[in-house]
Amino acid sequence: MHIAEGFLPATHAVGWTLAAAPFVVHGARQVVTEVRERPENTLLLGAAGAFTFVLSAVKLPSFTGSSSHPTGTGAGAVLFRPPVMALLGTIVLLFQALLLAHGGLTTLGANAFAMAVVGPWAGYGAYRLVRRLGGGLLPGVFAAMAVADLATYVTTAGQLALALPDAETGVAGALVKFLSVFALTQVPLAVGEGLLGVLLFRTLTVNARPELERLGLVAAAPEPTR
Amino acid sequence: MTRSRLVTALLVLGVLALIALPLVLDGGTSQFAGTDATAAELAEEQGAQPWFESVLSPSSAEVESGLFAVQAALGGGVLGYVLGRLRGRRLAERSREDGGT
Repeated sequence: MHIAEGFLPATHAVGWTLAAAPFVVHGARQVVTEVRERPENTLLLGAAGAFTFVLSAVKLPSFTGSSSHPTGTGAGAVLFRPPVMALLGTIVLLFQALLLAHGGLTTLGANAFAMAVVGPWAGYGAYRLVRRLGGGLLPGVFAAMAVADLATYVTTAGQLALALPDAETGVAGALVKFLSVFALTQVPLAVGEGLLGVLLFRTLTVNARPELERLGLVAAAPEPTR
Repeated sequence: MTRSRLVTALLVLGVLALIALPLVLDGGTSQFAGTDATAAELAEEQGAQPWFESVLSPSSAEVESGLFAVQAALGGGVLGYVLGRLRGRRLAERSREDGGT
């Protein structure tokens, strides 16, 4: 989902940066508030950031014969709500833009909007929907991880299509082309990411039960039989 | 507890299968090129003209993969530290309770 450095026209680069900036600033404030008012959650906050850091570094093969990387933003969105991930996701993207020539500074706004804003919000929406329909924490987490991953890549395809409409078929034609690169490849990865999220939350429900109760993710239950 | 372990094992197997099966089923015909790079090629076909260079480009594929490994190691290290601390905390609480009764 990283749009390469310099590939977006300047107007689009500025536009996406302006679109992402308020989310990132708000997210930074939320992180500061979280750490100041609930320092007991700092460990979990670190885990959420670290999870994104690992997953977005690993490119995995997919059934389409190409490879791609997960985003890992759904976990933090479920734990701390999406604004926090706007900051954490952008830090990951900045790291990759500066050190790895992956993504870029001119495309940071667009990439942050896709991975750190749309992804977490879509994932959080999927989580809320599953919970409202009566699903438990783990199905909710699975949906959040998979949807955050897919939504990020669909957004990137849309951003590229808007910037580079097809000469004959316009934005819609370009969107089909870019989606054909991203979307199908991402489906098995999104499923895999969902499973990883379930693994993470299975250990959290055992070992970080007080935190999850305070965050309202699991009901405060009497000590489970051990 | 054993059922819980079985579920964990199946989840790990599922993740591994999702990664390994594409490589096995493919029979060595695909390049597994990264979608980001493929999209950049497509963008150039669509007339994109890159107007800005990366501030710092890894000088070789080896250096690049090393830096990606550093990123994954940092994330994995912090994640492992947090999960280890949380688990240690729970075990400590349990042994304190057991000792108290």
